[in-house]
Amino acid sequence: MEKNLKNYFKLFKSMFFLSASTFGGGYVIIPLMKKKFVDELEWLKEEEMLNMAAIAQSSPGAMAVNASILVGWRMMDLSGALVAIVGTALPPFIILSVISLFYAAFRDNAVVSAVLKGMMAGVCAVIFDVVFIMGGNIIKAKKWLPILIMAGTFAVYFFLHIKIIYIILFCGTLGALVSLHDKRTGKEHI
Amino acid sequence: MIYLQLFWSFFQIGLFSFGGGMAAMPLIQNQVVVLHGWLSLTEFTDLITISEMTPGPIAVNSATFVGTRIAGMGGALVSTLGCILPSCFIVLLLAWLYSRYNEMVVIRGVLAGLRPTVVALILSAGLSILVLSFWGTDGFTGNVTSIDFIAIALFAAGLFLLRRFKLNPILIMLGSGVIGGTCYLLI
Repeated sequence: MEKNLKNYFKLFKSMFFLSASTFGGGYVIIPLMKKKFVDELEWLKEEEMLNMAAIAQSSPGAMAVNASILVGWRMMDLSGALVAIVGTALPPFIILSVISLFYAAFRDNAVVSAVLKGMMAGVCAVIFDVVFIMGGNIIKAKKWLPILIMAGTFAVYFFLHIKIIYIILFCGTLGALVSLHDKRTGKEHI
Repeated sequence: MIYLQLFWSFFQIGLFSFGGGMAAMPLIQNQVVVLHGWLSLTEFTDLITISEMTPGPIAVNSATFVGTRIAGMGGALVSTLGCILPSCFIVLLLAWLYSRYNEMVVIRGVLAGLRPTVVALILSAGLSILVLSFWGTDGFTGNVTSIDFIAIALFAAGLFLLRRFKLNPILIMLGSGVIGGTCYLLI
């Protein structure tokens, strides 16, 4: 795609508004991006978008940021990726900067403090709902290894306080080795 | 110095948070609350609540919030940069690998191994927030009088509505804020 100011601005604007309209982050960004870049602007084919979604999901970090890097790079290389990142990061950056400036003043207010205390119970419910959905899927798959990893991680992190980084490195390596072994032997442990 | 610490902490968060959505939460809690004490657990919980209600990824939201509070605008910038930088390299590397091999057994294996790990880590972080919500800053005790029954009722009702009717999480948090806030102010 031609690297002109108009296209940069279009890319920036698209990313900015996509980012500003995805609440809570996560996978919501993918269908929105498909609508924008595949259906509306016709910059990408649907299959390309699906591949990008798969890669964004496989990489560490925020899904929205990963996907925007891929789209930006595909359209206009490094400069496109940079424009896309800035467009994606700017809305949460602005909003949270403003909130954190006022947070200290607001937090001491009796009403705000009571409301936040109530919200704390609500956010707990949201977190446990996520755990039930994700954990339920793992248990329903009925493979003993993932279930063991889940129980083992909880035990060593919550009770033994093993460093989180070590747990992630260990389980990621384990997953890679087991899947390579599975591929060779035709089994499905993981 | 503080800039470097912020950058390095959020770099690790960006590097090790696989799985999108809430996956970054336990890593952020570990860095920001446990290792560096930049936020109290209450402030961290407020941050998660705010993040769930505002647009944008939890990691970017947290980087901005923590950065601003610890070292102003410059802190927010280095933290955000830190959490985005690992993604830039890895996502492009993966895209390149994908275009060459089209099949990524190893990467799928890594993700399969991390999925159950992430659930357990989110559960652990969730439990520490739950203890804070039910028992307050003093932590878990066997004493019945120190239990916050309003919080338990809000939690149970919220979880029921989410599981049974799949209500929007933002509604649950707003609802528990309004109802809970009213109860706390009146009692």
